[in-house]
Amino acid sequence: MSNIGRRKFLLYSSAALGTSLLLKGCGQNTDQTTTPTPTETTTSTPTQSPTGDGIKVGILHSLSGTMAISEQTVVDAELLAIKEINASGGVLGKQIIPIKEDGASNWDTFKEKAEKLIDQDKVSTVFGCWTSASRTAVLPIFESKKHMLWYPVQYEGQECSNNIFYTGAAPNQQIEPAVDWLLENKGKKFFLVGSDYIFPRTANNIIKEQLKAKGGEFVGEDYLPLGNTEVTAIITKIKAALPDGGVIFNTLNGDSNVAFFKQMQGSGLTAEKYPVMSVSIAEEEVQQIGKEFLIGHYAAWNYFQTVETPENKKWVANFKKEYGEERVTNDPMEAAYIMVYLWKQAVEKAGTFEDLEKVRSAAIGQTFNAPEGLVTMNSNHHISKTVRIGQVRDDGLFDIVWSTDKPVDPVPWNQFVPATKGYSCDWSDPKKGGKFKL
Amino acid sequence: METIINPQKNKQKNKRKLIIEGSIILGLTLILALVMPLILEPFRLKLLGRFLALGITALGIDLIWGYTGLLSLGHGIFFALGGYAIAMHIKLQIPDGQIPEFFTLYGVTKLPFFWQPFASFPFTFLAIFIIPAITAGILGYLVFRNRIKGVYFSILTQAALLVFFNFFNGQQKLINGTNGLKTDTDTIFNLVAGSNQAQIIFYELTILGIIVSYLLCRWLTSGRFGRLLIAIRDDEMRLRFSGYDPTPFKVLVFAISGAIAGLAGSLYTVQSGLITPETMKVAFSIEMVIWVAVGGRATLIGAIIGALAVNFGSSLFSEKFPEIWLFFQGALFLIVVTVLPDGLVGWVKNSGLNLIKNLLGIKPPVVTFPELVENPEILQEKEELINDK
Amino acid sequence: MSLFLESLFNGISIGSVLLISALGLAIVFGLMGVINLAHGELMMLGAYTTFVVQNLFKPLGDPWFNLYFIVAIPCAFVVSALMGLLLERGVIRYLYGRPLETLLATWGVSLILIQFVRSVNWSLMIGVILFLTIIICQKPIIKLINKIYILQLGNPTEKIKTWLNKIPLFLAIIFASISVFAINYSKQDFFIKPWFGAVNLNVTAPVWLRSPIKVPGLDFQISSSRIFIIILTVICIAVIYWFLNRSNWGLRIRAVTQNRTMSACLGIPTRQVDAITFAIGSGLAGIAGCAITLLGSVGPNTGQNYIIDAFMVVVVGGVGNLFGTVVAALAIGTIDYLLGSSTIVALLTPLEFLKPLTEFFTFFSSSNMAKVMVFALIISFLQIKPAGLFPQKGRTAEL
Repeated sequence: MSNIGRRKFLLYSSAALGTSLLLKGCGQNTDQTTTPTPTETTTSTPTQSPTGDGIKVGILHSLSGTMAISEQTVVDAELLAIKEINASGGVLGKQIIPIKEDGASNWDTFKEKAEKLIDQDKVSTVFGCWTSASRTAVLPIFESKKHMLWYPVQYEGQECSNNIFYTGAAPNQQIEPAVDWLLENKGKKFFLVGSDYIFPRTANNIIKEQLKAKGGEFVGEDYLPLGNTEVTAIITKIKAALPDGGVIFNTLNGDSNVAFFKQMQGSGLTAEKYPVMSVSIAEEEVQQIGKEFLIGHYAAWNYFQTVETPENKKWVANFKKEYGEERVTNDPMEAAYIMVYLWKQAVEKAGTFEDLEKVRSAAIGQTFNAPEGLVTMNSNHHISKTVRIGQVRDDGLFDIVWSTDKPVDPVPWNQFVPATKGYSCDWSDPKKGGKFKL
Repeated sequence: METIINPQKNKQKNKRKLIIEGSIILGLTLILALVMPLILEPFRLKLLGRFLALGITALGIDLIWGYTGLLSLGHGIFFALGGYAIAMHIKLQIPDGQIPEFFTLYGVTKLPFFWQPFASFPFTFLAIFIIPAITAGILGYLVFRNRIKGVYFSILTQAALLVFFNFFNGQQKLINGTNGLKTDTDTIFNLVAGSNQAQIIFYELTILGIIVSYLLCRWLTSGRFGRLLIAIRDDEMRLRFSGYDPTPFKVLVFAISGAIAGLAGSLYTVQSGLITPETMKVAFSIEMVIWVAVGGRATLIGAIIGALAVNFGSSLFSEKFPEIWLFFQGALFLIVVTVLPDGLVGWVKNSGLNLIKNLLGIKPPVVTFPELVENPEILQEKEELINDK
Repeated sequence: MSLFLESLFNGISIGSVLLISALGLAIVFGLMGVINLAHGELMMLGAYTTFVVQNLFKPLGDPWFNLYFIVAIPCAFVVSALMGLLLERGVIRYLYGRPLETLLATWGVSLILIQFVRSVNWSLMIGVILFLTIIICQKPIIKLINKIYILQLGNPTEKIKTWLNKIPLFLAIIFASISVFAINYSKQDFFIKPWFGAVNLNVTAPVWLRSPIKVPGLDFQISSSRIFIIILTVICIAVIYWFLNRSNWGLRIRAVTQNRTMSACLGIPTRQVDAITFAIGSGLAGIAGCAITLLGSVGPNTGQNYIIDAFMVVVVGGVGNLFGTVVAALAIGTIDYLLGSSTIVALLTPLEFLKPLTEFFTFFSSSNMAKVMVFALIISFLQIKPAGLFPQKGRTAEL
């Protein structure tokens, strides 16, 4: 060793490492294309379908970076839907060719890749995004190019674009019913905890207004920087604000959730005295946090894996068959799954996939028997969904303790917030558009 | 004594070198400014423009790291400040009495006071440089005053970065928090900022910016000031002993570097159409340093080349192998500091040219220790020798 | 009184987390002047080791499973220490005297480690092990090659000799790549399935570490995991103190810390001292990683969440003084807690004449603003004591 110059040694060793990893990467790529998903490609060059001309659609999610954990599951659901559609003959007799792009958890990259998908790959539509920040980052692109994005995650509302279809819940389909339910069943005093970014802050604004309107009491709030894991100070604040117990409304995201629940249990805040209602914790997250810390706490969604519909049983079985028994399904995945079908129906009704205006107007009014129950695309580009509240049980899944009798219509512009009170959105009438006074 | 090069000749040689350098720069500028917009499609041109803007930041980093030996891991702050300044200006291009739309979402009805001056373009133009420069100056003064240097300085800049990130990320009512400011759909000088026409103008402005910052850095590093910077880098103690107080120089150069980063940030923002607190992530600021390291420290052109090379590489590589991109990035850091400490440009200068010549069968000319030929002291001695005769 | 005790306890418990994560960093920085940006990733390796140990203990059933955490601590220490040793031998020792380059190189290492835990599987592991084995046993290989060359072709020239010496490296590269590629090609699920993947892992402490403790006479409950971390930190400090001040190697480490050249002159193997110190520092990171599984998440990005706070502790604590690190960690922890939990606000509110002050602290009483305030305090502290709490004295101290 001593005879080899150190620089050379390092050069070769890093080169070696690099090569072996590259080879590994290549190896992985070949594996992935041979897994049961024939349409999955890791590079941006699409696999040509047997007929030669398919319909290209973009899939734009973070495959690397901090958001990859969540967004990968959504990609899985979208690819499953595409595979099912292709197996049953495709759309308008053509196969769907998904083109995956990596947003890399970076809003700037999302923008760049959206431009690439539209300009270079000439896709017919894009399924993508998770965080509000990534969605608002690509929004101007889709608006200026008059293109189409399908967005599968519950979000804070206050937006209604002609170029986006939202298949996740608007606040009135998740947060507001959850607050109502808590006021009725769990107590009047609310402490709000959230990660320090847009969704929690906007959501908490809505909750505060709602509590004011409905006689609840807002006792305090705090925001953790994303990724922060020291929550002792917050727990002290909760204990000071709610000495006799009360409701905690949790909009934390990612790693902070783990820290929050672990340390809550450690400090003796029990689910009986301090029930936590979360809106970012689904089956997947329960697995990662550890169910021991969550049993007895609540979550509000439109879909749980335990929903009792025949469609859901079939879907869960298909999903596990495709991706493995240990996998679970959750709300954003289900929303991602149904949006592919809604797009397919819209294209079929319009009779074209190229004329996006026709597809857009055909999409309004489409219904689909989703795993969560019947969903309908409204004229405000959001869908009507059933709202459910679940309680974490011993096996890490949710006991559905409450649900609405019928799907709730979406209200994108919040009616509790003064700035948007009285506004609505209707894209079926060109005079009304994205934001008009009722 | 024929071998002795007389200073007259040397001066001429230097002049010739300058002319060659100038014409190369001019040529490159013309190619970038005139030819590229014609042959590249708008999407690629935008990418090139953005990377050139990042190249400007790299120039600023090179100035403080390559020449002065200060490793700042917090340049994202200044980059973002410049970006926010221009974005705020663009956001305010709306009829009187209105406020940017995102404010209404948070129930803000009155424009925050610090937004108001940004409505005027001259103020914004100055703010792009001055706000980052002042921020850098204050931070630098507080740190350098106490002779904090080396890794301490790096760590403190990193911590400052984190603080700024948290602040910008949390203040939705002031600057729209995580979502940042979008400029694509707004107008600047009656042009929609996202339109192709405006983008070409921004691209040309970026070229102008990179030329101006290059010339500024070139000027700063070539004269007395430049030698002082290098002295600070190589032996600050000795400089102190010889009667200089390095603190004001360090503060000044750090502030200049901050201003350059601010310019880069503003040019980047108008081209990407978005400025968010993401630009103040720790990783981004460290990446900036690696651009300089790849291109070659203390070679200004290297900084630009490095920024372009790494960014094009990353946009290609991460597309093809998103899963192993981090491995490559990590290996790049290792290789650059261990086997390529002088970067690409340094390598070409030191051994690459000879290697290529060797491969082509050209024997390298026998040279004496190069410093001897260029060393001013020795030249002076020679001159004296000649004069004595 | 109870408020005071609770604040004290919480401050200490936050401080102890900071301390245990900064301890290894401080020792390494004190000795070698090297800031290790991969320290957080070494913590992450410790946390992953805890996860592995937990899964190994799961089949053993109840009484044993309760003890897994005790076993995980030494395991985490060993794993991280080995990785640290590898890092020192492979990279850092070539960079002594170039602290800024070390900073960049360790950042590169941290990126590689993050991606490594995401995509590690048997095939990659086999490749890495093969590569390392060949590199470690390269001396006999070089000898053998040289012998063969001399027998066949006569004495090699210098140029050829350098090439001959590189053959093992090429062999290592080729063998490792071929094995990885071949195993991947075989598509055996066992080999190509990632061990951990990119997701967060679920590490659940045994019940005795999760249930809160009720102390008679106090109206708040104490978290047993916090107590455990405090005890663990105290033990670590005691052991390190003993090691540095009572053992032979500790003596050497202190000698090198104080004056490297003089120690080398007196026959202390400084290179070995460096390697050992680095390994111990990394091992402590592993223990810290083990501890933080009690509080937070375990995932590829875990280390990044703690690292900057740890740097702050080192900067405030000063170089080469364990006591400074302890005080700095506890001070930062307590101040952070007092600000973030709005305890200060609660204390000030009754005092009417301090209203502006109360408002000032209210602004900084959220978790994120508390961080801003703590940083401002650190910067102003450095104006008074630029070299930390307990600066080194003597002629070698440059600052």
